[in-house]
Amino acid sequence: MADFNITDTVDITDVNCPITFVKAKVALEELNDGDILEIRLNDGEPVQNVPRSLKEEGHKVLELTKNDDGTYRLIVQKVGD
Amino acid sequence: MAFTNEQLERYSRHIILKEVGAKGQKKLSQAKVLIIGAGGLGAPAALYLAAAGVGTIGIVDADEVDLSNLQRQVIHTTADIGKPKVQSAKETMEAINPDVTVNTYHTFVTSANVLDLIGDYDFILDGTDNFPAKFLINDACVMAKKPFSHAGIIRFKGQLMTYVPGQGPCYRCVFKNPPPKDAVPTCKQAGVIGAMGGVIGSLQAMEAVKYIVGAGDLLTGYLLTFDALKMEWHKVKLPSDTSKCPVCGDHPTITELVDYEQAECDMKK
Repeated sequence: MADFNITDTVDITDVNCPITFVKAKVALEELNDGDILEIRLNDGEPVQNVPRSLKEEGHKVLELTKNDDGTYRLIVQKVGD
Repeated sequence: MAFTNEQLERYSRHIILKEVGAKGQKKLSQAKVLIIGAGGLGAPAALYLAAAGVGTIGIVDADEVDLSNLQRQVIHTTADIGKPKVQSAKETMEAINPDVTVNTYHTFVTSANVLDLIGDYDFILDGTDNFPAKFLINDACVMAKKPFSHAGIIRFKGQLMTYVPGQGPCYRCVFKNPPPKDAVPTCKQAGVIGAMGGVIGSLQAMEAVKYIVGAGDLLTGYLLTFDALKMEWHKVKLPSDTSKCPVCGDHPTITELVDYEQAECDMKK
């Protein structure tokens, strides 16, 4: 696991589609260009859709790793203001 | 202000939009919109603005809900007959969205109260049904530098335009003066198809939302007209020279608000 200078962390395991993406998007909107957001998300639909949707918004997906508890850790860099 | 998970879910279809996002939704929650007239236009506009999460919505209307209103004024129900329209509208809006604060003004707009009414609001919707009120609202918004949406509906036709200070013509630039009273029929005399209020009132809500979030182009400098029988829309470009307008021009001759005379059939009994 690479070391990232994480600005903020958001847990989207407590919500379902499409609120998963909405919650991640809201967290990113609070950050500045180049900041890094760590997202904790569930397997399945969130892992399939959230990284793709964030890429479509123009952000950079840096890493997706599996946690020991079965959830995932997604590292995204904000692009734009 | 941070959104709760419930609010994220309520507004998710907005927040997902690039043009809105959480920032736009926050702007909506902090915005104040005044709707003048809780009738055919104001009813759908109020429903959509409340649903959209506009934080403060003011609504002005002196009338009570009448059975003949219910064919088009979809914010009121049969059980509301006899109730002040502003009260009925407030109850429906709060039932749709408890996030919204609704201020009610159970009064006609007049030259004496209109500046006070619009003073606290960011955007005004003219949903009135008569020319004196339309000219009064236009002149007051020009004088107070408030953006507003004008609209009118009759029979199977509707029209709307948006005024933003300094960004194009006002209603009086286009329509110099009210027509002579009784020269033009009102909805009461001429009739209006119920869904027309839904079409045009919803577009007024659309303009308010776009203004607040800063998305796209407004109907400033254009009059949009709709003919439902022919299913024809026209976006008419308005003359851009406003310098000679008696109210928003370079040398205004109308510097005080006027209460024009109402057609007699519209006066309260």
